[in-house]
Order: sequence, then C-alpha cells, then structure tokens
Amino acid sequence: MNDGCSGEHVYLTDRSRAEGGAGKVSARGVTRTVVLLGLVSLFTDISSEAVSAVLPIYLTVVLGLTPLAYGFIDGIYQGVSALVRILGGWLADRGDHPKWIAVLGYGVSALTRLALIPSQSMAAITGVITADRLGKGIRTAPRDALIAASSAPEAMGRSFGVHRALDTTGAMIGPLLAFTILMVVPEDYTAVFVVSFAAAAIGLAILLLFVPDLRPRRDAVAARPAAAAGVAPPKPSLRLLADRRFAKLVAAAGLLGILTIGDGFLYLVLQQRDELATAYFPLLYVGTSFAYLVLAVPLGALADRVGRATVFLGGHLALLAAYACAGGPVGGAIPTILCLLFLGTYYAATDGVLAALAARVVQTPVRASGIATTQTAVAVARFVSSVGFGLMWTMLGQRPAMVIVGVALIAALPLAWVLLRGVEAGPSEEAVVE
Amino acid sequence: MSPRIRLVAFLAVVILAVGGSIGYLVGSRAEQQDAVRHATPVEQASAEAIQDAAHIVFRNTALGPDYGKVAMVAIEDPDGARAVTTVTCDRVYVAAGRTLCLFADRGLVTTHRADVLDRDLSVTHELPLTGVPSRARLSPDGSMAATTSFVAGDSYATGNFSTRTVISRIDGDDRLDLETFTLVHDGREIAPVDRNYWGVTFAADGDTFYATVSWDGRTWLVEGSVDDRLLTTLHADAECPSLSPDGSTVVYKKRGAGPPGTWRLAGLDLGTGVETMLAETRTVDDQVEWLDAKHVIYGIPRSGSAAATSDVFVVPADGSGAPDLLIPQAWSPAVVR
Repeated sequence: MNDGCSGEHVYLTDRSRAEGGAGKVSARGVTRTVVLLGLVSLFTDISSEAVSAVLPIYLTVVLGLTPLAYGFIDGIYQGVSALVRILGGWLADRGDHPKWIAVLGYGVSALTRLALIPSQSMAAITGVITADRLGKGIRTAPRDALIAASSAPEAMGRSFGVHRALDTTGAMIGPLLAFTILMVVPEDYTAVFVVSFAAAAIGLAILLLFVPDLRPRRDAVAARPAAAAGVAPPKPSLRLLADRRFAKLVAAAGLLGILTIGDGFLYLVLQQRDELATAYFPLLYVGTSFAYLVLAVPLGALADRVGRATVFLGGHLALLAAYACAGGPVGGAIPTILCLLFLGTYYAATDGVLAALAARVVQTPVRASGIATTQTAVAVARFVSSVGFGLMWTMLGQRPAMVIVGVALIAALPLAWVLLRGVEAGPSEEAVVE
Repeated sequence: MSPRIRLVAFLAVVILAVGGSIGYLVGSRAEQQDAVRHATPVEQASAEAIQDAAHIVFRNTALGPDYGKVAMVAIEDPDGARAVTTVTCDRVYVAAGRTLCLFADRGLVTTHRADVLDRDLSVTHELPLTGVPSRARLSPDGSMAATTSFVAGDSYATGNFSTRTVISRIDGDDRLDLETFTLVHDGREIAPVDRNYWGVTFAADGDTFYATVSWDGRTWLVEGSVDDRLLTTLHADAECPSLSPDGSTVVYKKRGAGPPGTWRLAGLDLGTGVETMLAETRTVDDQVEWLDAKHVIYGIPRSGSAAATSDVFVVPADGSGAPDLLIPQAWSPAVVR
C-alpha cells in the first residue's frame, strides 16, 4: 500500500494519499491544498472582478459602444459556458489530472486580460469575453474536484466554505482595486487590464507551483483493501454517473433552482421600492458578498456537523426570508439590509455546500463530472427561472410574481427534503472496483 | 522541482507581476501629467459675454484640469474662445434657462446624479438616475426632463445591461418610467419582456415626444404622449431621435447593414415618411442636436488612446454637403438661441 496506510480507513487513506507531501491537515480540518486553491481563486477573482467593474464604463465611454449589444451576446454565451463546464469536469475525470484542466481554464482567463488591451472593437471584446467565460467554465469543476480530493469527508463542507470565502474576498477586492487604479491614473483603462493580468498571473503561479497534481481516481483505487488491489481503475463512464441518489440530488437542486429569483431581480425590486437602494446600488452587491464571505466557513462547518442536505435546504429558508424582506410592504434601510444579509446567507448555505454534497454522493472517478452536472443543472434552472419570473413580472406585476415564486418555494422544500433524504450516506466505494 | 525552486519561481512571478504593475502605473501617471502640462491651453472667454448672444453649451473634453466641465462658445465663433464653468457633467442639455446635468461620480461607490440647474448653475431639482448616464433632454419650454441611463441587473438574463428612461415634470412630482407606458405596435398593444427605451426628444406642444424602443434585437422610432402614457411605433431601425425645431423631421442613428456597434445618421420626414441618409459616413453614437433649421451637430470620439477627447461636427440634415468640424474638444452639445 501507499505511504504506509493500512487501507482500513478509506477516507483517511484517501486524504493523506491525496495530500502527498504537499500539505498538512490543519487543526480545524482544512488542508493546505484547499487554502492554496482558495488563494488561486482569490487572485483570479480580483483579476476578473476588477475588469467587470470597469467594463461597462470602458465600453460606453471609451469605445463608444452600446452595452445593449454587448448584453445581448453575453446572454448567449452563458449557455456555452454551462456546456463547457461539464466538458471540463469530464476531461478532469477522464485524464485523472484535474489540476491540468484547471491550469488550462485559469490560463485561458489570464491570457484574456492581455488580449483586452489591444481590443478596440465590439467583435474583439466579445471574443475576449467569450474566451474568459470558456476558461471559467472549464476550470470550475476540476478545481472543486481538487478541493474534494484534498478534504476529509467529514470536513468537506468547511473546506468548500473556506474556498468560497477566499473566492468572495477576491471578488470584493477586485472593484476596489480597479477604482483605486482609476483614481491614480484617470481614464487609463489599460492600467486596470495590466494589473488584472498581474493578479491572474499570481493566481496561476500558485496553482502551477504549489497545488499538488492529485490523482483522485488512482488514489481511490489504491486505497482499496488489499483484496481488491491490482484491479484496474474504472474509467469514468455515464453508467457510474447515472446513480439513483445522484439523480435525486440533481433533481432537488434543479427544482429549487427554478424557484430562485435572480439577484438582479431582487436588487431591482429593492430599487423600485427604495430611494436608498437606488442611491447605493453598487453597495447592494457588497452587502450580499459580505454576508456570504462571513458565513461561508461557519455554515460549511455546520453542514459537516448536521448534514449538508439540511443546511442546503435551510439556505432556501434564508432565501424565502430575503423575498419577504424585499417584497414586503415595509421599505427603508432595515428590510433592505436584512434582504441582502439573507441573500448572502442563502449563498453561503448553498453554493459550496452543494459542491460538497455532490462530491460526496458521486463516486470518485466521476466526481468532477458530478459536481459540474449539479452546478450546470442549477445554472440552467436559474436561467429558466429568470425568464419565467420576467414574464410573470410583466404580466401579473411584481408583487404577485414574488408571492407565486415564494409560495411555490415553500411547497417545493418538503419535496426536496424527501428527495435529499438518505442521499448523503456517502458513495458506495465498493462499486468502484466491481 | 524542489520546494526551494518552486518558491524562487513563485517569488519571481510575484516580483514581475507587482513590479510590472507599479512600473506601468508610475509611467502612465507621469505621461498623463506630462500631457496635461503640455496640452495647448484652450482659449478662455467670459461666460457673461457668450451668454448674451446665441451660443452652444457642451461638455469640455480638452485634456487638463477642466476636462468634463460644462463650457460654452458663441454660435458665431464655435472654434473660438470658450467659457468654462465650474460644473462637471457627463451629459448636459440646456433649454429655457434650465440646464440638465447627468453625472456619474465614479469611485468606490459610484453615485449617479441628474441635476436641474438654474441660470446661475445652482441646483434647483434633483431627478432620479440609476446607472451610467447616457442621454439627456429638456422640453423646449424647460418644463420636462428626459434621462436615459444604463442599468446593470435590470434584465432577464444574468449579467446583462439594459436602459432606463424616465420623463420628469420638473416642477411636479411625475417621474415617469417609460416602461410603465402602453406600447402600441402595428395597431396592437404589446408588452415584450425584453423591451427597452432610450433617447427621448420633445416636441413643442408639452405632450408629444419621440424616443427609441427595442425588443427582440430590433429598434423602432416611437411617438409618445406624456399625458396619455402612450407610445406608438413609427419606423424600424431608428435610435436616439432628435426633432427639428419646426417639428417636421427627426434625425436619428440607424444600424443599417453595418457591423454591430456602428451607426449612420438618417433623417425621417414625419409628414411623408421619406428617410434620407445624411452625408456623415463615420459611425455616430450620439443623439444629435439641431444647430438651426437645416443642420445637425453631434460628437465623435477621437480614435484609440485619445478616445477620452471627442469633437463636435456639423452636417446638413437633408443629406447634402459634407460633415465639418464645428467645436473641437467638445461633447454633448446643446444650442441656446
């Protein structure tokens, strides 16, 4: 066996093998690799959010383009990104080198920062942004698979929480950095792109140099009891993915996703009720991110203790509370702030937790594909939801539309609870060696 | 690779990234300060003298400390001395002694403002504005203001942009979002979810206005009534209309068959429905202003890294002649007679 592991404790073996020489498990159960991946995301998010923050102004003021045209094309590529995400997951499983697929994704996105500098036309900018989206689509699932592979199962929720908290920290620093740069060198958007590239390069360097090249499938097999040794690692296949418990998880996540009103809509509801929300529009995002950042780790840890499905469902109660605060009759600062905090709580209780849940439910050889499938199901469900909610808003008005979605969410939660019951028993690892 | 080599490689990347960034910022800042120092100072005149006669108010785009400030020149001498005020606007319009100023205070928290100023440029009214300012217009009698801004998150697909256009009765409480108006197309009332409005121009009757509506990827010229909260489509592929002083013609930008993100100027005779392309062959992304009964003026940004500066050009509204530079280093012109 490897590294002197007995193989009795499959997960411990899995973990220490996965960690290799690269890291120690910290006292609180989060490994060095998870923190490193969090830092990769932090720097990459600084990079991408700095660009996102100035892109509307850059397009309209400097290039003289109409954002409407940009927005239209942006919508189309959302779909492409969802498909690429599954491809990224599949490639990571197939080659059993998720790190290299992640490097590809992060690398493509870093290069797009440089490509932005000479881009002066609509077509060029659209191309660059598409490349960035594709990079993001490719890297997400392999990265989450790496987080799962380097976490003890009992600390999976906390690990994803730590990663998401670092990721969100980067997303909050990015715009601050961009506007600071524009204060130092007014109107020089190239400077933002240069610094953004530098941040992406640092993130990519951390990934390349310090994150170990984990082999989740090989290690899972190597960790089998001696009786099973010598059996070839099973190739990832659709059959491995087509698991009943996994199907239930995807169904539950998709069902709840369809009943999720997008942030954009919630912010719009707040803006239409409140002068306050209008004046401080950019701060709405900051408020949500802040709650997400603060709660990601504690809620991830809670998920490890009381069950990830429970916390995932509980997150949707926070979402209901956010609807109530936004759509309720009382305006003003307190309901607005509460809405943002509840929305952040919802993200903290669902985003990383869902990835942890998916990573636990599917078998190791198809883990990245499983995570990608779950996330894509949620993304597609939310897109359907935003179109449907937009229609209802137009035809019935804002308040009835919100009440309908809210009531449907209340009705769906017990159904989701039934679907998720028993899903979390852990993957039947024996099947791996069959 | 040994851990030591990895660490050295990482430090090299960090030093290159941080050093390169700082180096670029320092160089760019020095260059900018150099450009300001060596910018040919624009000739200044007194505002009182210019305001006495017909003049054009605009946003000064000459690089330097007065960049972005509202300025004015005499119509008789448009490329001559300009009077620069202390007010900064992204988009400015003037009618009947009132000035409408749209302004984005960009910073950590970007605030957007739409202020109405009096003759002394003191703020008399604050109108709602959500998002990056795009178009500003006042009705000829100065009683109504129309603002268009780009709104993030105001859309049905994530991450998209859309516009919000609001008509306000400045002295009253009406703040009318055009999305709440009834839209009539081909004789039928419609309400496409992805509709957007922008670029209002007012007629002299205190009720009628023209604007752009878009849905399903197409744009239309609409005629609107403020009193009836009604909009009716008139003509396809027409954005940011501007009504002639006699109310007979609108000039707008149209996409035509050109590449995305480019527009040509065209005029539409509202009586006969005849559309005429103007002589400007460059792309124009602006809401034109009528200089007189026969000419329109509009801004065009300079190319490449000089795009922060734009110039105002003039072209005949009937398709004849050729464009001509009217006011160098200017944007968002408004004619005051």
